[in-house]
Parts: sequence; C-alpha cells; structure tokens
Amino acid sequence: MTAPVLELDGITKRFGALTANDDVSLTLAKGEVLALLGENGAGKTTLMNILFGHYAADAGEVRVKGKPLPPGKPRAAIAAGVGMVHQHFTLAGNLTVLENITIGSEPLWRLTTDRDSAAKKIARLSETFGLPVDPGARIADLSVGERQRVEILKALYRDAEVLILDEPTAVLARPEAEQLFRTLRGMALGGLSIIFISHKLHEVMSASDRVTVLRGGRVVAERRTADTNPAELAELMVGRAVSRPVRQAHEAGGPVLVAKGLQARGSGTPLDGIDFEVREGEILGIVGVSGNGQAMLGRVLSGLTRPHAGTLTYRGQDITHLTPRDAVRMGLGRIPEDRHAEGIVGDLSVWENAVLERIRDFASRGFVRRKAAQEHAADLIRRFDIRGATPATRTRLLSGGNMQKLILGRNLAAGPRFLLANQPTRGLDEGAIAAVHRELLQARAEGAAILLISEDLDEAVGLSDRVQAIVKGRLSAPVPAERADARKLGLMMAGVWDHADAV
Amino acid sequence: MTAAFDILANASLWEAVLRIATPLIFGVLGALVCERAGVLNLGIEGIMTLGAMVGWLSVYWGADLWTGLAIAVLAGMMMGWLHAMLTVPLGLSQHVSGLGITLFASALAYYLYRLWVQVGDLPPTIEPFRPWPIPVLSGIPFIGQVLFTQMPPTYLAILAVLLVAYILNRTPAGLALRMTGENPHAVEAQGLNPVRIRIWAVMAGSGLMALGGAFLTTATFNSFFPTMVQGRGWICIALVVFASWRPGKALAGALLFAFFDAYQLRLQTMVQGVPYQLFLMAPYVLSIVALILVARRARVPEALMQPYRRGER
Repeated sequence: MTAPVLELDGITKRFGALTANDDVSLTLAKGEVLALLGENGAGKTTLMNILFGHYAADAGEVRVKGKPLPPGKPRAAIAAGVGMVHQHFTLAGNLTVLENITIGSEPLWRLTTDRDSAAKKIARLSETFGLPVDPGARIADLSVGERQRVEILKALYRDAEVLILDEPTAVLARPEAEQLFRTLRGMALGGLSIIFISHKLHEVMSASDRVTVLRGGRVVAERRTADTNPAELAELMVGRAVSRPVRQAHEAGGPVLVAKGLQARGSGTPLDGIDFEVREGEILGIVGVSGNGQAMLGRVLSGLTRPHAGTLTYRGQDITHLTPRDAVRMGLGRIPEDRHAEGIVGDLSVWENAVLERIRDFASRGFVRRKAAQEHAADLIRRFDIRGATPATRTRLLSGGNMQKLILGRNLAAGPRFLLANQPTRGLDEGAIAAVHRELLQARAEGAAILLISEDLDEAVGLSDRVQAIVKGRLSAPVPAERADARKLGLMMAGVWDHADAV
Repeated sequence: MTAAFDILANASLWEAVLRIATPLIFGVLGALVCERAGVLNLGIEGIMTLGAMVGWLSVYWGADLWTGLAIAVLAGMMMGWLHAMLTVPLGLSQHVSGLGITLFASALAYYLYRLWVQVGDLPPTIEPFRPWPIPVLSGIPFIGQVLFTQMPPTYLAILAVLLVAYILNRTPAGLALRMTGENPHAVEAQGLNPVRIRIWAVMAGSGLMALGGAFLTTATFNSFFPTMVQGRGWICIALVVFASWRPGKALAGALLFAFFDAYQLRLQTMVQGVPYQLFLMAPYVLSIVALILVARRARVPEALMQPYRRGER
C-alpha cells in the first residue's frame, strides 16, 4: 500500500456533554473508495466537518499527504486538495452553474472574471468525469441529480484530490444513485480518493473498497468490503443483530378506502384516473420512481388537493371533497412525505406536536388542558419508544427516526381504520426502519387499512399484501406481493402491465 | 387638459426628474447592495438624514463640496458598521436593528446640528453645487438641457449605477456578495467568510445611502432641517423590490418615482379646485400600483433577512 493521501489521527470533538467523535483515526489511500458507515447520530458528519475545517477538533490532527491541516479553516482544506459535497447542497438557486462553481476560486479584488476559461475548465472536467451540466443554467431549474453533479464539479474545479460525499444518495432515486456510484468508481480509477458517508448497506457493499464503521462516535470496525457482508455490517453499525419484521399472512376484510377514476392536478405530476381499493387489515403498496404522481396522491388522500374527477369512498361514505379537518375527524391517519415540512412543527414541544391536530380533545372552554395533553404525549413516548424525548422536548431536537415514531404514534394511538404512509422510512437508519415497519404491521394486524407509498422496493414488497405501480399519474392493476418479483416490478414501473394478474 | 400635456413637452420637467431622482438613485443602490448580501437595512432613513447633516456641516465649516460628500459617506459607513455588527455577527433582528438605527441616526443628526450650529430665524446656508453643463453635449436642444446640464453628483449617481452593476455581475467580489445573499453556507464551503462579506456590503451600501442624503443639503437645498429626507429612504426600500434587486431597474424605478413627483408639483399649480394634498399623495399611490404590477415576479435573494450562524442550517 502506498503512503496514505489522508490521515485522521485521534480526532475528538465534544459538543457540551455530548462526545460526537471519540479518538477517531482513519486513513485513505490514493485511488481508494472508503465508506464511512454508521447510523444517524454516530458522528460521521461531524467527523467530515472537522476534516473539511467547518469545525475545529478538540484533539487530534488531520494530515493531507503527510502535512497537517490547520484546524477550522475550509480555505486551507480546499487549498490542500480536499473537496466536500455536503448532504444539504450548498448551492445558490438563483445563480448559474458557472457562478456556483467559480465562487471563491479567484482573488476577490480582481476587477474582472474570466468566464471563458472557467467555462472551458468546467467543460473539460464534465467530459473527463462524465458529469454533464450546462454552465449557463440556473441552479433552481436543475433536477436534484444535476445539482449534485454541480456540487461534485465544484470540488473538482478547485483541483480536489480527496472527495468527501456526505450521504450522497439521501436525495437521489435509485437509478440516479447507481449512476453516481459508477461515476465515483471512474474517478477513483482516475486517481481520486473518495470517502462517502452512508447508512445504506447495499451501497456500501457495491461501491466501496473498504468500510470504516462508526458507532457512538468511535470507530468500531474496519473491513475490506470484499471480506464482509451486509449482515455483519448491520450488526457492527447497530451494535446488535437487527432484523426487519416479517409480514404474517392473514385474511383481509372488506374495502375501507376505494378510489375510482381519480384525477387531480396542481404542482407536479397530475393523477390521471387512478383506481385502487384498500381493505381492512391489509397493506396496499404503491411503488414507482419518484415524481410519477406519488406526491399528488398523498395530497389528495390528506385532503390538501381536491380531485376534479372520480370518487373517493371511505367505508361507503363519499369523501371526494375531503378536507384535512374531515380526515382528522374520521380517523384517517396520515404520515406525510416530508416530516419536517408537514409532519411536525420543529420549534414546538413534543407534547404540542402530539395533540396539535386533535387540540379540541385536549381543550375545555377555550383553554388547553396541558396536563392531559402532556400525559398523552408521555404515553406516546412510552408506547412507541420515542427515544431522547420528554413531553417538553423541542421536537426539532429529535432524530429523524424518533420524529417519525412520534408522527406514527400520534396517528396510531387512536386506532385508525385507515392510514396513509407516504415514504415512511425515507432517510431513516436500519434500527428506526425496523421499528417503523413493526408499527405498521401491528396496525395492520389490528385491522387498519394501510396505503403505503414507497420508492424502496424491498420495503414495499416486504410489507404489502398487494402492490400497484404508479407511472406518470396512472396505477397498474394490483398484484399480490408473492408474485411481485424484481422482473415483474421492473416491468410494472416501466408502465408495462396486464390485467390478468389483477387481484 | 392640454396644460397637462404642455408640462410633458417642457424640458424643465425632465431636468427636474433627474434632479429629484438623484438622492433616490444613491439610496436605492445602497439598499440594493445591502440586500443582495442578505441584510435588510431599514436604517436608510436615518442614515440619509445623518448624511445630509454631516455633508452640510462639513461644507458649512469650510470644507469644499466634494470633501463634504466624502465625509457624509464615512458617517454613513459608520452607521452601516453598527447595523452590520448588530445583525451579522450577533444575528439580531434586521428589522428591529434597522429601525433603531433610523431613530438613532436621525436624532443624532439633529442633536449635533443644534449643538454645533447657531440657528437664528432662518437656518444658515452654504453655497451648494451648481449645474455643470457638459461642453458641446449641453448644447443639444432639449436633450442637452435634460441630460447634460445637471449638477455633478447627478452624473455621479448614473456612474454609480453602472459601477454597482458591473461590480455585482462581473467581478469575483460581486459574485461573492450575491452568493452571500443567496446561500452563505455555500460561501463558507468555498473557503470565503460570509460574515466579513456581509459587514463590508452593509458598510458600502450605507455609504451610498448617506451620499443620497448629502445631495439634499449640498445640491437640492442649501441648508439642513431635520425632516428633510421625508420618507425618501422608505421609498428606496420599496424601489429595491420594484427593481427586483437589479441596479438597472433600480435606476428606472427611481426615475419613475421622480417623474410622478415632478409632474404632480407642476400639476398643483396648473389645476385649480383640487386640494393640493391629493397631488402630493399621487406619487406614493402610483408607486404602490407599480409595485403590485412588478414585484410579484421579483426574484428575492434567498437568504435575505436570514442571519448566518456557522455550522447551523
């Protein structure tokens, strides 16, 4: 092995009482792809922010090609050839690709900008690394995948030799993610050294040469990817064996929610006449590539958008013109797609979020019965194992998984007859996913009808009794999960289906 | 009705438009520079008042007119520094700090004026700027009188528009400033310091605002009185939105408002039987209408009014 390009030596970082990184050391060789694996909150992002100079470490040293980096200076990291692609893109939507890439690359007090040579350099990099972009395009007009390319080009433009990617696939659909890893692999062959942060086992297995596993701020293991397997990594990451719960077969009851010829339009892909039926005690999975109308379906079923044609029936009652308030009153549970935007109010406490949509049940004569509400919240925290929370905790401080458990608990506590679960495990780590799955299956066993919208095929097939694919605002005929193999699902999601399989 | 059209054909109207627009152009450019970096500067009204006083006082005490303007700019930058310190490193509410600066700077201006200047029955005066006809060009009929027989700071204002537009759009510093107003995290990730960029932008913008104020006492009038800015600062804040944060459109907006103002002044003397207050009101009403028509499509800097704290998002 050649001398390492990058070494982290004994990095320790504390935030108050919390030790985010505890004596972490790792090395990266030239041309190597290293995966930094760990659950949410394991200290991966903190570590990379120290490496890039966003934070200064309390102890330890970062060395690039043997030379120590001064702590807390992104500028020095860039100069040493370290480039970082942040999880939340650091791009300006109103500015062009070229402007976003070149900022900071020229001395501030120069009187002109050399746009032509900048454009040429960008074109050359795009060509070499297979990252096509239009330098004149406005960032806001680009897709998420294109924006990520711009982020990577930004680092390459500053002649990065070490590229750090923080959860690069968190915002990408599966095909885009696969494309990204092909690109990264090509870059590594070209001599770049890459660290990517992830909590997804399958990408770590398929895209890395070596894995460093972080848990509770410490390095717990290092493996060559070829010498390990997903089960071992999962156990190392979580600290115990985790397994997703398995669906037990049982008879579904009568139809609970029935959609006939639903059409709706607004922002995003419209719904173009969809039919489905969710029965008591079953999970109906809606699979598909993102952007095919899932968002609109979610909006219609939450009462946020009114369909302009077709009907929606809930236990025999027409609810085509549903409002969010009706949904609450009739016991239609909803797990929204974006928990931060629609699921919770981050600055309110856990107990306020727990009772927000049913505030009337916790009020008398215009006053909130705080004690009852807080007891209710404490009960949810206990029943749904919401960790790190008391009723008074500010909800923003919860991890994504615990926030999702709070939302689930709020919906499931009342024993709903119908539950819409829109991307319920997006962005969650393995332990939290298992917990969410367990709750959904439990609700199913208790007779709830659940509509599961998911882009994760393993999840959709594992949980659902029947699966329908959504393509360009239309739904395929349902097929039983047992018959939904990879090939069949692939065809369905490409828009090829026949009605012979319908159940 | 023909009288109303006669006014339009008179070169003196259009000459007045440019003169009235000058303090607005400086003010709106100043507000624009601050806002493009992400900081709303509601101190503008007070900064213009202080600029007007300081510029005037310097000349009253014997400085020449240009030195007076330069000192006014420095005074404006000091107020800008104060606003920047409160809103950028400390991250306080930009509205509250800005209104505070306006109250403080206006009061300070009047206080210093009363402290240092003997005021008799009439306020003391200075010898203000005179129109400076540009050779040859000022001889062109109509256009010569309108465009090329202005006071020197008016030429400077037009130049400032070009300069600000060039710096914002064509230089690395301008790109850094715009990026800071859009996404300061991106600026930091590229190794620049968004805090420092915002502080400098607010100081530069405040200097421009003060220059607009100083024009009032060194060119439009020849004396200082405490209420002379008369809401011009607030107009500039609205004009920035009207201009969708673009310097060229800001110039157009300032000229449009100045046109309404100059026109209503002349209509007041022509039209009988209508309360003159109605005419005084007209430019503001028309500005609101123009704002409604244009500003809905405005492209707001995304990080405007969002304090930047390192390591937080």
